[in-house]
Amino acid sequence: MGVDVSIRIGGQAGQGMQSISFIMGKIFTRHGYYVFINQDVESRIRGGHNFNQVRVQEEPVHAISDEVNLLIALDKGTIDQDLSDLIEGGVLIFDGPTTGFTSDNPNHFSMPLEKLATQAGKSKIMVNSVATGAALALLGYDLQSLLVRLEEEFVAKGKEIVANNRESASAGYRYVQENYKGVYPYRIPPTPLKRKKMLLTGSQAMALGAICSGLKFYSGYPMSPSTPIMEFIASISEEYDIILEPAEDEIAAMNMVIGASFGGARAMTATSGGGFCLMVEGLGLAGMTETPIVVVVVQRPGPATGLPTRTEQADLRFTIHAAHGEFPRAVFAPGYPEQAFYTMGKAFNMAERYQTPVIILGDQHFNDSYFTVDELDGRQIRIDRGDIVSGDKIPSVEGYKRYAWGESGISPRILPGQSAAVSYVDSDEHTETGHITESSEVRKRMVLKRMRKLDGISREMGPPEMYPSNDADVVLLGWGSTYGAMKEAVHFMNREGLRAKMLHFSEIYPLPARNFFKKTLKDGKIFAVENNYSGQFADLFSFETGIPISQKILKYDGRPFSPQEIIAQVKEKM
Amino acid sequence: MVTLEDYHSDDPVAWCPGCGNFSILEALKNALVELQEKPSEIVIVSGIGQAAKTPHYLRCNTFNGLHGRTLPVATGIKLANHELTVLAEGGDGDGYTEGGNHFIHAMRRNIDLTYLVHNNQIYGLTKGQTSPTSELGYVSKTTPMGALNPPLNPLLLAIASDCGFVARGFSGDTLHLSNLIQEGILHKGFALIDILQPCVSFNRVNTFQWYSSRVYKINDEEEYDPTNRLKAFEIAQEWGERIPIGIIYRGERSTLNEQEPAIREESLVKQRIDQSTFESIFGSFK
Repeated sequence: MGVDVSIRIGGQAGQGMQSISFIMGKIFTRHGYYVFINQDVESRIRGGHNFNQVRVQEEPVHAISDEVNLLIALDKGTIDQDLSDLIEGGVLIFDGPTTGFTSDNPNHFSMPLEKLATQAGKSKIMVNSVATGAALALLGYDLQSLLVRLEEEFVAKGKEIVANNRESASAGYRYVQENYKGVYPYRIPPTPLKRKKMLLTGSQAMALGAICSGLKFYSGYPMSPSTPIMEFIASISEEYDIILEPAEDEIAAMNMVIGASFGGARAMTATSGGGFCLMVEGLGLAGMTETPIVVVVVQRPGPATGLPTRTEQADLRFTIHAAHGEFPRAVFAPGYPEQAFYTMGKAFNMAERYQTPVIILGDQHFNDSYFTVDELDGRQIRIDRGDIVSGDKIPSVEGYKRYAWGESGISPRILPGQSAAVSYVDSDEHTETGHITESSEVRKRMVLKRMRKLDGISREMGPPEMYPSNDADVVLLGWGSTYGAMKEAVHFMNREGLRAKMLHFSEIYPLPARNFFKKTLKDGKIFAVENNYSGQFADLFSFETGIPISQKILKYDGRPFSPQEIIAQVKEKM
Repeated sequence: MVTLEDYHSDDPVAWCPGCGNFSILEALKNALVELQEKPSEIVIVSGIGQAAKTPHYLRCNTFNGLHGRTLPVATGIKLANHELTVLAEGGDGDGYTEGGNHFIHAMRRNIDLTYLVHNNQIYGLTKGQTSPTSELGYVSKTTPMGALNPPLNPLLLAIASDCGFVARGFSGDTLHLSNLIQEGILHKGFALIDILQPCVSFNRVNTFQWYSSRVYKINDEEEYDPTNRLKAFEIAQEWGERIPIGIIYRGERSTLNEQEPAIREESLVKQRIDQSTFESIFGSFK
């Protein structure tokens, strides 16, 4: 496998772990490596215990590893809590004088992080640059790449800040070169600058996908872990003529999105489970009025406030059933950033073509983690706005019927003010024209009309990803953010001689259930892998396919799966 | 030339005979014709309640949404296409309870909408329960011992929220109401028109006679300056023997749609996407 190094940086909120991991991630990405950075943070601004973990490989990587090769402790708490994850031969970097920690182990390397920061960088807060320099020296990477990166990172803050950071990083780097006498085995060979790949979070991939799909209107209310989507769209809204209207609550956000879409703009919102609870009323409104909307639900552990900064996949059942009554919808759950990016394009197209809500599920683990990806191409997202009519295309201006009956269930839509016709839209059961009705005949026809759209939607739901395609004794079944951990677990199991494969669904509902599964899964024992208590996808899968699930590997402690953890559970349950 | 005939709807009206809604509908149609607004360039957004059925009885674009959610839908429509004339319409229950939060924030945004609230001080569609504007002590099936909570004063709330057009009309004076609606539509920014209206089926206290003997036009007796905010606060509190109608407060403030940079050149609905312009965003991730 070549390079596989995991660097964990731990400390208190506010000590700059994120900055260290991002700077390292950016350097390795630019030089051609693949990076995965996950954030393990508490719901607080200062203090507590947080860590970021940077994993570097030569092949695409989408999962955490339990095996930490380099641990950078910015406080005593990190040593107490994380030292046990350091593998044999791995090194701990810590500040002896400030943490009060002593050790005879030659791999526990104390260096005066704070003193070097004060001397070279003129401030204690430069500790993170000292640590970054020290880490790169240990990894055998060149200092110059770091100095270039620091200049870019801080140029907006002025020359002095750039100089202080560069001096601090150099001091850390030199200190390790001069004082570390051991042999550190987990090195990352320096490579030339390429700048071809991108480093971005799951949230950023979703937001970029939405922007390339022609997003024009966003309304939302900040809620962890969905907020970075809103913030990213806000940051480019002025340049790209997107309206971002902060809402008074999620009810308003959803209804503004519905209004904007009715008005003719591609519109979306994003939230987490609790906010989605408030949006559900509006979700039904979009279903009934046949208004296209896109909603991203970034899951976190619930119910109620739950664990605001941690991860879970427990809102699948909620999102596929949300709102009273029956109406068609599509639900997606991408597993990696490229998939998330292109799924947004599909989501917007399907919302407008079927004139109904489309939901994309993310979770804290996927949305907050950074991934290196090969270049994304916005032009590959083809925009299809569905059946919008104006001018001569309207059969009769006077007799235009918003909910005209048709076999597909899709009625041609006009945009208000863009033609001489007028459109009546109603949340009550309505006639083809859109007026309130109590007629049992019309009711039946309208339910049929709406639900028929589900046939078209079902035909467009893509198959799961199977990896590898050989026969297997162990089949890992999952969806959404467990993609990376499952794929890697399968890889390791096959290397150990255990025939395994993964079946990963990113297009969840309506489930693309076809005979295909019975053929491909007849031999293997199926293990559902999910970040929830009950195995929500496993139930949906069994319900739709009739295929029983042998075992469930479930995790609901708010933390993501590692490949090692999945393998251990498979072996235990075999 | 837009005529009343252009606003004719075939949808049969489902209101009780003698309902104040009929004259509000007439005042609204007359106002739209007076202003020569084309039906295809108007959107009326409504919620749920007897008042919220109004847009079905005109011919124009209509979004009859959920109870209390008129204003966010109307805001979204106006931002997607600010060239449309957007009105929101509903009752006191819809606007002042279920939609209370949206009401405050729509005024804060100063989005260019005209909001007509049919205020009959009662829940009509659900058959006569106490509403947020029912009088203290009002007896109904939900408050058999009499309402314990005093009524909300929407005009005071609007003036305090710096709403730039705060008016009260009366369904019994169609011409006056029609003029208020025209002024409201012409006003740049959020316009609230609270319309007093008897509920002939359920409200036995605030009847047509009750209102008729109390309402007076604020400009009739002496010159009234609606730009004086302190005076407006005073007038807005007058209720009981005498109830003022007319434009209570007027103020100037930029609207959300004017300030929004994304639509300075053209409305969102007219903008075309050029994906090649996104290169610089991609570059920032490399």
